[in-house]
Amino acid sequence: MPEGEVVHTAGKINPVKTCQPIGAMYAALGIHRCLPHSHGSQGCCAYHRMHLTRHFRDPVLASTSSFTEGASVFGGAANLKTAIKNVFEIYKPDIIAVHTTCLSETIGDDLPTIIKQSEVPEGKVVIHANTPSYQGSHITGFSNMVKAMVTYLAARDEETIRKKRVNIIPGFVNPSDMREIKRITSSLGVDMIMFPDTTNVLDSPLTAKYDMYPEGGTTVEEIRDTGNSRLTLALGAWSSNAAGAALMEKCGVPCVPLKVPIGLKATDDLIMTLKEKFDAVVPDDLTLERGQVVDTLIDTHFHYQGKKVAIYGDPDIVVPLVEFVLTMGMIPKYVITGTPGKAFEEQVGAMIEEAGIEDYIVKAEGDLFDLHQWIKEESVDLLIGNTYGKYIARTEDIPLVRVGFPILDRAVHPLMPITGYKGCLRLIEMISNALLERRDRDCLDEDYELVL
Amino acid sequence: MEHDCSLASGSSGCISERQNSIITTGKNKSRIHCADDSLAGAVSQRACVFCGARVVLNPITDAIHLVHGPIGCATYTWDIRGSLSSDSEMYRHSFSTDLKEKDVVFGGEPKLAACLDEVISKYHPPAVFVYSTCVVGMIGDDIIAVCKDASERHGIDVIPVESSGFLSGNKIVGYRAAAEAIMKLIRPKPGEVIEKTRKLNFLGEYNLGGEKWLIERYLNEIGIEVNVAFTGDSTVAALKQAPGSCLNIVQCTGSMHWVANNLEKEYGIPYMDVNFFGAENTADSLRRIAAFYGDPEIIRKAEVLIERELARITPIIAGYRKKLTGKRAAIYVGGAFKAVALIRQMKDLGMEVVVTGTQTGKQEEYETISGLLSEGTIVVDDANPAEIEKFLLDMKVDVMAGGVKERVLAYKLGIGFVDHNHDRKECLAGFDGAVTFAREVYITTCSPVWKHLKESIGGV
Repeated sequence: MPEGEVVHTAGKINPVKTCQPIGAMYAALGIHRCLPHSHGSQGCCAYHRMHLTRHFRDPVLASTSSFTEGASVFGGAANLKTAIKNVFEIYKPDIIAVHTTCLSETIGDDLPTIIKQSEVPEGKVVIHANTPSYQGSHITGFSNMVKAMVTYLAARDEETIRKKRVNIIPGFVNPSDMREIKRITSSLGVDMIMFPDTTNVLDSPLTAKYDMYPEGGTTVEEIRDTGNSRLTLALGAWSSNAAGAALMEKCGVPCVPLKVPIGLKATDDLIMTLKEKFDAVVPDDLTLERGQVVDTLIDTHFHYQGKKVAIYGDPDIVVPLVEFVLTMGMIPKYVITGTPGKAFEEQVGAMIEEAGIEDYIVKAEGDLFDLHQWIKEESVDLLIGNTYGKYIARTEDIPLVRVGFPILDRAVHPLMPITGYKGCLRLIEMISNALLERRDRDCLDEDYELVL
Repeated sequence: MEHDCSLASGSSGCISERQNSIITTGKNKSRIHCADDSLAGAVSQRACVFCGARVVLNPITDAIHLVHGPIGCATYTWDIRGSLSSDSEMYRHSFSTDLKEKDVVFGGEPKLAACLDEVISKYHPPAVFVYSTCVVGMIGDDIIAVCKDASERHGIDVIPVESSGFLSGNKIVGYRAAAEAIMKLIRPKPGEVIEKTRKLNFLGEYNLGGEKWLIERYLNEIGIEVNVAFTGDSTVAALKQAPGSCLNIVQCTGSMHWVANNLEKEYGIPYMDVNFFGAENTADSLRRIAAFYGDPEIIRKAEVLIERELARITPIIAGYRKKLTGKRAAIYVGGAFKAVALIRQMKDLGMEVVVTGTQTGKQEEYETISGLLSEGTIVVDDANPAEIEKFLLDMKVDVMAGGVKERVLAYKLGIGFVDHNHDRKECLAGFDGAVTFAREVYITTCSPVWKHLKESIGGV
């Protein structure tokens, strides 16, 4: 890394975001029997599949329009029509979710028209989202595809009375987190439709039989029926608000925007909202789990209180994570996301200010070069974020707790929730252990003790 | 036996238009079609031109690799190779111009120029490679001119790489783009004289898991010095000395034959194909290199080394062969060079190779592959997951060698897997690599975990 004061204004060095299409692909995998389709060059599709596969350690299938120079000159309509025909004939999905790439967006392919002119078999569906890589980030792409699910599929059936049921849009989180959010909702006795839902798709068990379309995913029928639900909970403003708003506009389903339930407060908010809106009774089990979290926080607070932490990653994960480390009495000194949006800086700044912390930096649309420069000026005790922080962790000798997307160098992560009260315990364990490991590693022989 | 393909009941899991891309050795005399573009709508395992260029150049350790395009292309290719460096870690940073909508509308040249100024003044690299991506090719940014200007402003090599993804779905085109960039880099400036030496260049070697270091150790022992590898653990300064070598040895043919030909044309350096995967190939390659030098002392030392190493590893490999004899292997890799090496190694371990495929194989390479295989083996070009799955099950495969996307597919089917991709971490070259490879194949083929799989299917 260069030394001294460095001005960095152009481009990105060590990005902490990636492009829209991969988010759209991940969202599409959360629909049952859906084949995501990448309308662009082959490389994009291969990269997105590879990246998702590295994080989830599960197969990720998606088809591509296989653009070549011809398509780039004459437009991609012919490629997409052929692709749709081929995909339904050969791979037989229930639904194709097409997303664009920077190339097809720059060419200006008119997706709705091309899809209308395509051969779609009876009972099958094609939906699309515009996901140019030169806008937003993978989170924007996820949001756009979830919104497309609503605009294409959700319907209000005027004949039926609204169902006492909640739509949950979980945000760009791991299948384990979706599973945990569903478990909490079920334990309150509330009927739900979660979309997208990648449980049993990207955390599927080994059966020695390979299913191109695993059991999981929200069915097309369920997504249609979200229009008849009583309420939508949009978890994570960046990933889920657009779809929640679209559902309100299209089908009149009211939407409550909440944080992704990471940490004590955000989990409380989810549970209290469900309790209030559905007259649900909070079961003893959940009360017990919450009590265990508080008990653990008390038992361990002296291990991490006052420690300075740098947090980087996707806004819907980082925002509640900052809230939780504040609950833990830690100091979020540097907070950064690659996704654009001033709201991030405002929200995170307000939380930190409220905790009475003055010396901090928050940045949206930053990169890990920025973070590294700040750390070199004044270091922190802990890093929390995805795998890409490992270079900083090593160079500056700071422990790293891996949270978020992508995690490319560790396994089991996508199977373990960071959401809900269970997620709180896991975060406390990871954070306090990282700090204690460091203490054991660095302390003098005479300070190396059995009990900490 | 016909396996019922879960992907598409009623179809064979294969697209009829792809029939010419699959042959069964000994059964049909038709030639494989391998230059076809992938079909629209295929779940192809292929990548793009940019990807090809990036994997070839990225191991140049002290250069800055600046991806000119929207953010994704830089993120997905950030440190994706297992190439190791003995010094600079610059190549492990990810640089992107992070093009936005307004850049796409008004052109990305000013932003590229600004990025170049910034990164060069920050890091003072000896050279910068600027990769074009789809959008850049589409909007017609003149990266050649921008690079030329920056090069003059800063007095270092700023080299454009023409790698717009849509040019082709075949990585080979990207290898060529990278090769042209390398040739630009090493061409001596007017007035520069590169001194002739007795060193050799090692083309198509990427130092995965330290393989370049291992082979270099062998060569040093027999009295030969390596100038530079293209491009594993290479530096800009070392690459610029390449014209002074007396021999080029070429390992990964797909990416480097063109370079070898050009080095011969421009600088009169002869080249020979080598292969350091597997003990036999390694011994053969060392002998041929020694013979080229013609020095009796080098030839003697080569024999001493080969004899010593073979004596050391033969019993170890025999131990693995006992456990692996009769097991059935499948191979699906990027290039034919790797496929050929793998077939030999699998056979050395007493295994039967029943499926072989590549993403970028050429006609004559497929003929070589077919010649190595027994009758009834399936050979496939640019396979899709449906086909791979079908072949793995139909041919009752025990272990597969492939890349990142094939790994999880094999695992899901309850089949062992050994990584032979460009992001692997293990050294598989040379005599040591032959042992590592045998161990990897054994670990995955004979893992106790498969027993549990059978139990859970039968019992639970």
